[in-house]
Amino acid sequence: MKLLQKIGLGIFLIGLSLFCSLVLLGKYKLNPKEFQRVIYAKGIKSELFINSLNTSLVGKEFSEPFSFSLHIITAVKEANKIHKKNREWGKVIWDKPHSLSHDVAKIAGKGIVKENKFLFWLLTFGLGILGSLLYILPNLILLGPPGIKNNGIYFSSSTNRGFLGWFVFLFLVTFYIVLYFFPDYIVNWTYIVDPISQSISGNLASQWFLYGFLYCVVMIVMAIRMYIKYRNNMHQILRTTSVLFFQIVFAFLIPEILVRFDKPWYDFKNAFPLDYDFFFSWNLNSLISSGGFGIFILVWGIVLTLVIVPVMVYFFGKRWYCSWVCGCGGLAETLGDPFRHLSNKSIGAWKLERWMVHSVLLFSIVMTGLTLYSYFTGSQNVIGIKTQTIQNIYGFLIGSVFAGVIGTGFYPIFGNRVWCRFGCPLAAYLGLIQRFKSRFRITTNGGQCISCGNCSTYCEMGIDVRAYAQKGQNIVRSSCVGCGVCSAVCPRGVLKLENGPLENRFFSPEFPSGNSFK
Amino acid sequence: MNAPPVIVIGNGITGITFARNFRKKSSKPILIISKETPYFFSRTAIMYVYMGHLRWEDTQPYENTFWEKNKLDLLQGTVTHINPKEKNIRLSDESILSYDSLIIATGSIPNKFGWPGENLRGVQGLYSKQDLDSLEDYSASTNKAVIVGGGLIGVELAEMLHSRGKKVIFLVRENSFWNNVLPKGESELINQHILEHGIDLRLNTNLSEIIEDKTGRVKAIRTDSGEIISCQFVGLTVGVRPNIDFINNTDIATNRGILVNKYLETNQSSIYAIGDCSEQQEPQTGRRSIEAVWYTGRMMGETLAQTLTGNKKTYNPGHWFNSAKFFDIEYQTYGLVAPQPTKPEKHFHWKHPNKNVAITLSYNENTKQFLGINTFGIRMRHELLNKILCEKKSVFYMIEQLANCNFDSEFFKTYEEKILLKFNQDFNTNIKLKKKSWKVIFNNIIS
Repeated sequence: MKLLQKIGLGIFLIGLSLFCSLVLLGKYKLNPKEFQRVIYAKGIKSELFINSLNTSLVGKEFSEPFSFSLHIITAVKEANKIHKKNREWGKVIWDKPHSLSHDVAKIAGKGIVKENKFLFWLLTFGLGILGSLLYILPNLILLGPPGIKNNGIYFSSSTNRGFLGWFVFLFLVTFYIVLYFFPDYIVNWTYIVDPISQSISGNLASQWFLYGFLYCVVMIVMAIRMYIKYRNNMHQILRTTSVLFFQIVFAFLIPEILVRFDKPWYDFKNAFPLDYDFFFSWNLNSLISSGGFGIFILVWGIVLTLVIVPVMVYFFGKRWYCSWVCGCGGLAETLGDPFRHLSNKSIGAWKLERWMVHSVLLFSIVMTGLTLYSYFTGSQNVIGIKTQTIQNIYGFLIGSVFAGVIGTGFYPIFGNRVWCRFGCPLAAYLGLIQRFKSRFRITTNGGQCISCGNCSTYCEMGIDVRAYAQKGQNIVRSSCVGCGVCSAVCPRGVLKLENGPLENRFFSPEFPSGNSFK
Repeated sequence: MNAPPVIVIGNGITGITFARNFRKKSSKPILIISKETPYFFSRTAIMYVYMGHLRWEDTQPYENTFWEKNKLDLLQGTVTHINPKEKNIRLSDESILSYDSLIIATGSIPNKFGWPGENLRGVQGLYSKQDLDSLEDYSASTNKAVIVGGGLIGVELAEMLHSRGKKVIFLVRENSFWNNVLPKGESELINQHILEHGIDLRLNTNLSEIIEDKTGRVKAIRTDSGEIISCQFVGLTVGVRPNIDFINNTDIATNRGILVNKYLETNQSSIYAIGDCSEQQEPQTGRRSIEAVWYTGRMMGETLAQTLTGNKKTYNPGHWFNSAKFFDIEYQTYGLVAPQPTKPEKHFHWKHPNKNVAITLSYNENTKQFLGINTFGIRMRHELLNKILCEKKSVFYMIEQLANCNFDSEFFKTYEEKILLKFNQDFNTNIKLKKKSWKVIFNNIIS
């Protein structure tokens, strides 16, 4: 069994190494015809850009994506510099240089990967999945009878911020930086999922399709791990199934299928302000221009945030969203589960969390206010601030760096809910409702707490659950995502997530039950 | 000169609960002395550190800044003598500290019964931070371990060693695990579960001798049947006794523990004893004079803190409750369930045919008053159970309220209907389960 796990780990690492090395395979060569197509499709009017690439890029063969990309980036920048200086606004290329470069590279890529998409899918995704399952499945027997075994978590270098943890951290951070900011380097990755993308949406895969597909695969594999680890716990099994369902169906399949029917790409469960660009003018315009269905999405998005979300939080707490539906939560609860204990439990971290997450909420509201003001008045500036600039700052800092690079990349260092705890504006909004007007609480079971600290340690949101439990107090905290793991790991049956009447919600006895001194 | 402080000897749950509650009502100086660790930790969490679930710092319920913030002075040192006449204590470094009141909360130490070889290297109990450290030291050179004594610490130690891949032989003197506390069916359920985890459980087996290798470390043990079992570690978990050796040459009256009255006062003025180290002179009916559990220590701390802040209270622990976990099986108990009921106590027992789920209700055969409950694999709601016990409800009322009493996580399978079915058969009744009602659950908390 242990041997099987080692073989599995080996196969997984081979798959992962192949996946990484795909970046360096194949060639990039842009034919004049292809270049014409790009110019046409992108509506490029800059002769400087076209001439520059005609001499430096077109017809030449490149053996890696970096210098290929560099030519395009340089050409864009230099052309734009001159056009801006000459105030030739119509000729300026507004595309993000690396996105443009990605679209060009996607066409220009040639060679072994593009010609053997299925083979390379098997060698990367295939081996990765096979290896992971070989590593995970033997735990059914190795972990012994059903029951949560957190054995050795603090002895393992990968789950105790050891060498492996830092390595995973570096890997994930690099992955997200490349995914968000250098998509032109990874077109080879997108080739291997082209057939899947085409079968769903009819289009070739972008880096976002690749990411969505990878996200689903990782969640499925790690959900199997969850099913084995928590197989004594129906609450965890149902919750895992729920996040898996919403990720695969709502975040992945439905939006891609919508595209197939020429509808706007939309994730019906992704509520504003997590879906921060919902009110951006390009999105509003696209929704309004796609007829009745677009209007339906527009109304749904508003109702979701203003009615459905708060009403559901009132009845069930924010957990209905954060740990049963949300995609970020879904990844945190599957891929992130081995790292949940790494969240900081100190009072200082709690203070920082409240400042940060509410600042982001405020930021997103202000940004959206400016956006809507600009949308309705047509004015691009509000009191001298350019709406576009604010949107760009938010998109870069919060949308990409915080939610992606830090949110997932920091799993092995700060735990699996860094984004949800410190950065998610929707979590902050739900948290306010949960704290002040909700039936949800974690009930402490009288005097049974022995202060062992398992609840606090395994709280991914960094709540010091024990501090309440040992006093016999109910736990009502805005950050609690209601994952239920505190209750699951408690050896004395002290904690229960409940939705109950509002009175007594903050129950806090002078002494924990049991004592009847007179 | 500053007024002498209230001195607490021992920084376990008992001493710390006293100090915290005292501080809530009084600003008098407090000094807490411990020889074990600089900061309070949860003794029950020791096992999780060895198993790699927690780090040591995770066992400490308060941040290290808590103590200064609340003006609770801490001192790591060993008290060697108490002088009640001069109202002072002496530490191992010969320093003398005066006290205003002295609270002895020194807890327990593991029992030893004079076995040959019981002081060898690799032979120890599991109680203190030092025990954890030495277990860790011996761990690397241990493949096979013998545990002697079938109680809660024994089964915890078995789980700990097993989790680190050691082969564990578990010697239990009785013919079934913990059967001086658990009724037969439940005790057997745990036997099976221990075996299922691959522990070599030997019932009816006593330790005769611990055998030493050339270096002064254990290399084997001999059982009372003469069998030699080679091992590199022996865990002695045959119960604990009050940790009071250091006061033996004082005038403080002791028996097995430090004798206290119902106000937790010793025979010396201004000296109190609470927690495991204390012995009640007049225990409540049905209760033992020494109850070495977390909860009673905490309650004594709460009670004495009231008394010493001008609100004199007697120690009255209320209805017994406890809980434990045997590998994967959670156990809770409320009220009194005798291992072998004697008239008029009688038991109703239900066990799932193939799962580790069981329940025992004890009641008075004549009056049908509900006396207590043991549950395995089912969590119960403490406050409601306490209320049912306080109001002396009947066993019929109790069984009707099973759903309200359930404290399992959401979506867990419930067994109430099955339990009730057997109950109705056994009692020839037709009781229906009351549906879960917030009113019933919360009325209890309000009242």
